[in-house]
Amino acid sequence: MINIIIALFLLLGGFFALIAAIGVLRLPDVLTRMHASTKAGVLGSSLILIGAAIYLAETEVTARVVATILFLMLTSPIGAHMIGRASVSGFKKKHVTGEKGA
Amino acid sequence: MTSAEFLEIAIYATFVMVMLSLAIAFIRLAKGPTLADRVVALDMMTVSIIAVCGVAAVATGVQALLDVALVLALVGFLATVALARFAERRDARNEDAAHD
Repeated sequence: MINIIIALFLLLGGFFALIAAIGVLRLPDVLTRMHASTKAGVLGSSLILIGAAIYLAETEVTARVVATILFLMLTSPIGAHMIGRASVSGFKKKHVTGEKGA
Repeated sequence: MTSAEFLEIAIYATFVMVMLSLAIAFIRLAKGPTLADRVVALDMMTVSIIAVCGVAAVATGVQALLDVALVLALVGFLATVALARFAERRDARNEDAAHD
């Protein structure tokens, strides 16, 4: 029974990681790509780490997994915000010059 | 099929999916038209490698791999922030140069 739960966590996590990567490849611009990588990517690796914590079933391991997931969920929005702020000035410039040209 | 066999198949399938996501993110890293695209792809690859560490911990039973995942999360955040700041500064500098 416990094996099946671990297997489901791993498969779901791998699925979400794959979806995130496909999103990063296929979506049209930086902001939408960022949306795929931060949300689906963090969910995928969190599910896989939870599966590992259930499999190993020790207190220290679980504490490490919880710390890793918390850290990922704290830092990935900050990183995405910084990349977005860096890229949005380029967008603004492009739109402003486009209006001037028209 | 017993549950242990199912777990083994699931570990292999998850390895394949996570490695595929790593490869796809690498395609975006190579193609990415702007620096921001490349930073996003690198961030995605870091998260995928954390997932690889989790799957490898289940496959081998080595606990130290979860420490690797924790440290990778810390270092990946620093790399993302540093590259994003670099991109922002570089754009600002180019703008100044264009005004002069």
